[in-house]
Amino acid sequence: MADMVELTIDGIKVRAPKGTTVLEAAREMGIVIPTLCYYPGLTPYGACRLCIVELIRGKRSSLDASCTLPVSDGMVVFTNSERVKKVRKVILELLLSTCPNSKVLQDMAANMGVTKVRFKIKDRGCILCGLCVRYCKEQMQSGGIGFVGRGTSRKVGTPFEMTPAECRNCNGCEWICPVCMRACRAGQLVEGICGGCLNVAVVETCPVCVKCSESVGPEGHRAYGK
Amino acid sequence: MARQISSPIELKTYAEEVCKKKERWEMVIAVCGGTGCSAFGSYDVRSAFTKEVEKLSLSDRVLVKMTGCHGFCEKGPVTIIYPWQYTYVSIKPEDVPEVIEKTIIKKELVDRLLYRDPVTKQRIKHNNEIPFYAHQKRLVFQHNGHLDPTSIDDYISVGGYQALAKALFEMTPEQVLVEVEKSGLRGRGGAGFPTGRKWRFCRNSPGSEKYIICNGDEGDPGAFMDRSVMEGNPHSVIEGMIIGAYAIGATKGFVYVRAEYPIAVKYTRLAIEQAHQYGLLGENILGSGFSFDIEVREGAGAFVCGEETALIASIEGKRGMPRPRPPFPAVSGLWGKPTNINNVETWANVPLIINKGADWFASIGTAESKGTKTFSLVGKINNTGIVEVPLGITLREIIYDIGGGISGGRKFKAVQTGGPSGGCIPEWLLDTPVDYERLTELGSMMGSGGMIVMDEGTCMIDVARYFMKFLSEESCGKCVPCREGIDRALDILTDITEGKGRKEDISLLEELGEVLKDGSLCGLGRTAANPVLSTIKYFRNEYEAHINEKKCPAGVCKALITFSIDEEKCKSCGKCAKVCPTKAASGKKKEPYKIDKEKCIKCGLCRESCKFGAVIVS
Ligand SMILES: Cc1cc2nc3c(=O)[nH]c(=O)nc-3n(C[C@H](O)[C@H](O)[C@H](O)COP(=O)(O)O)c2cc1C
Ligand code: SF4
Ligand code: SF4
Ligand code: SF4
Ligand code: FES
Repeated sequence: MADMVELTIDGIKVRAPKGTTVLEAAREMGIVIPTLCYYPGLTPYGACRLCIVELIRGKRSSLDASCTLPVSDGMVVFTNSERVKKVRKVILELLLSTCPNSKVLQDMAANMGVTKVRFKIKDRGCILCGLCVRYCKEQMQSGGIGFVGRGTSRKVGTPFEMTPAECRNCNGCEWICPVCMRACRAGQLVEGICGGCLNVAVVETCPVCVKCSESVGPEGHRAYGK
Repeated sequence: MARQISSPIELKTYAEEVCKKKERWEMVIAVCGGTGCSAFGSYDVRSAFTKEVEKLSLSDRVLVKMTGCHGFCEKGPVTIIYPWQYTYVSIKPEDVPEVIEKTIIKKELVDRLLYRDPVTKQRIKHNNEIPFYAHQKRLVFQHNGHLDPTSIDDYISVGGYQALAKALFEMTPEQVLVEVEKSGLRGRGGAGFPTGRKWRFCRNSPGSEKYIICNGDEGDPGAFMDRSVMEGNPHSVIEGMIIGAYAIGATKGFVYVRAEYPIAVKYTRLAIEQAHQYGLLGENILGSGFSFDIEVREGAGAFVCGEETALIASIEGKRGMPRPRPPFPAVSGLWGKPTNINNVETWANVPLIINKGADWFASIGTAESKGTKTFSLVGKINNTGIVEVPLGITLREIIYDIGGGISGGRKFKAVQTGGPSGGCIPEWLLDTPVDYERLTELGSMMGSGGMIVMDEGTCMIDVARYFMKFLSEESCGKCVPCREGIDRALDILTDITEGKGRKEDISLLEELGEVLKDGSLCGLGRTAANPVLSTIKYFRNEYEAHINEKKCPAGVCKALITFSIDEEKCKSCGKCAKVCPTKAASGKKKEPYKIDKEKCIKCGLCRESCKFGAVIVS
């Protein structure tokens, strides 16, 4: 059996194989941590920072992305502390301000109770999560797309902006993209938040509500029957 | 040609030989070839000296050489004449014949070229008596000013490579490590991590192949400490690296220098080549059986490439982008091998510690911060330049005693330490001792040693905006808080400087600052908020004036100021009308001049030109 380490996530002691990440260990326990740039089967990338968790080190604590944080012995982690929630919300606000039409992001806003985007909206049509790039390279063994530029001028591109010879026409990049394929076309943004389908009422969800990041209304989740 | 030195004894004998050879020079004229001085034309001064010395057939007695940065860039080109150590400042090629005639031949001083103390008005003969130098403690820079950086013999003549011999022959790697741990040396490149502890991590990492790296990226605008070390005394860095490699068990080293530093690249390469020829680098160093080699890698000059994981990616030939840690480089660094990375100045401190001992080193500085630190002192200060001071010295001492106070008789406003993502420290905190912890407590940081002094004519929001702009362009763009957060902070700050600030902006900036600190992937994003948070903390009233009263108290933000002429003070000289590019300033003789607010583009030329201070900004 693989080496196991023992750590504490949200007050619960768990054992996880060495080499796995805090995100994987938490998901294994059924804890929901929102993610955007993580995708099972692709190398963790640590770019969207939505999956941050609070790491307790003695009297001090710090925040780190759980998708790239390897588990270690004696680690104490909180996945949904006040500090985590506060930072996560602002990060989501920043994400919404760059891609207000992403349904994935709007759904997350509804879940997390983000009701307003306080930053200037600059629709960039891409959150630079790198899923497409990694999918292309790691799953298709292609490498037709990559990042170009730095800072806010960074973008996903192909060599010379043409469909590269390496492209296998799999459409995987579009399929995996949280912005392209799931664009919300309602076009009813109020302060950066979509007033469309999901944000109106309490949504009844599963028999037992684990407050996941699946689509629900601003009132949060309600287990059906209750 | 290649002279292999194959034992410590041979090194000693050779050092004596070189010293003897040097005695033949009766006089040495050392012209500073540092960044500042060469910009002031020190290469021409050197040529003039060489020509003159040849003309008068003095070449067998007088040596003319170019050295690394002396630090006193404000008064460049600086020239020191040994053995008397006469120091001439702001010297021009035209002055050279006179210097040769008077000082070299008649042994007299050329008074007008000596530094004049602005307070006592006295001329000062020797550099160590000039207040700028007198308050410093130069260890890393002790030889800048008389060493020829292109000559390994020069370095050997001042005891160079003796620390290496001592480490290799009198100490075990463990003893070297303990010595560095005991010295309390902390990283000079940023976070101030204890160097010995870092070395031990790497040494203890499993693996037979290990690397060490010297971080000479120095991407902070206005900083040139590391450059001055590499250009002034490259062998000290090489020696430090070999000693470190021995302690860590590394087989190969890399010096990463930005390509914008061609001289640093050239001199480091030369130093490596010379060390090779002498048997101080390569196979079986000094006959000890220890082998180690160093290569230079040029960086393309991105600020983020100074971050260790980005730097490693860059050496590997990948995009210079930070990656999450752990794994730390000590476990998995360059090509997945255990790697130890230190700053240029950190490495240069190592030979000093081995030579003089950990106790000596630990006796300098404060309880937690030992040794000296170099700073590049720039901005609105009388003596710009490179300074080296014992840690624990106060900011006030650096700015007033060494820096000579604020230029132009204006008032001090703030000092920014730690490079673009450092914080701005106000007047009332100037008596804070400079060490890693204190600066962090104040919301700033040591960084790699940038120090920018600002006077009363500086708008702190404008300053914060400037640094956010720099950082937004230098962010690698990978993670959301840094890429978008800095950009939005910049938007908000720009709005404030343009009079479009909203009441909630201050708290929004503070919130954004916390998110940057907590949420970003690497040190760039994690420290990026310092300029904003520190200016809000110490200069909140200025933010409020911009937002609530739509006023810029410092008179900098164009959208918030108007130019007018004080009728009482105006002498109708017409200067303002002459310089005004839009003819906004105009008037008639004997009547006070006026500024047409419609036409005025707020360039400020009239204010600068008015001798009577009649142009008011409000
Ligand atoms: C954005 C960023 C830029 C950096 N730039 C430099 C640099 O130019 N030079 C440097 O020595 N360290 C720089 N660092 C710090 C390095 O990551 C690393 O901590 C340092 O080189 C370690 O050496 P030290 O322990 O000797 O300080 C930078 C860090 C960050 C986050
Ligand atoms: S195109 Fe889509 S998948 Fe690719 S980086 Fe942008 S948001 Fe992510
Ligand atoms: S904090 Fe900034 S520089 Fe660092 S990884 Fe994130 S985007 Fe890149
Ligand atoms: S600020 Fe410039 S444009 Fe305005 S009056 Fe003065 S010189 Fe003319
Ligand atoms: S999911 Fe972890 S940073 Fe994006």
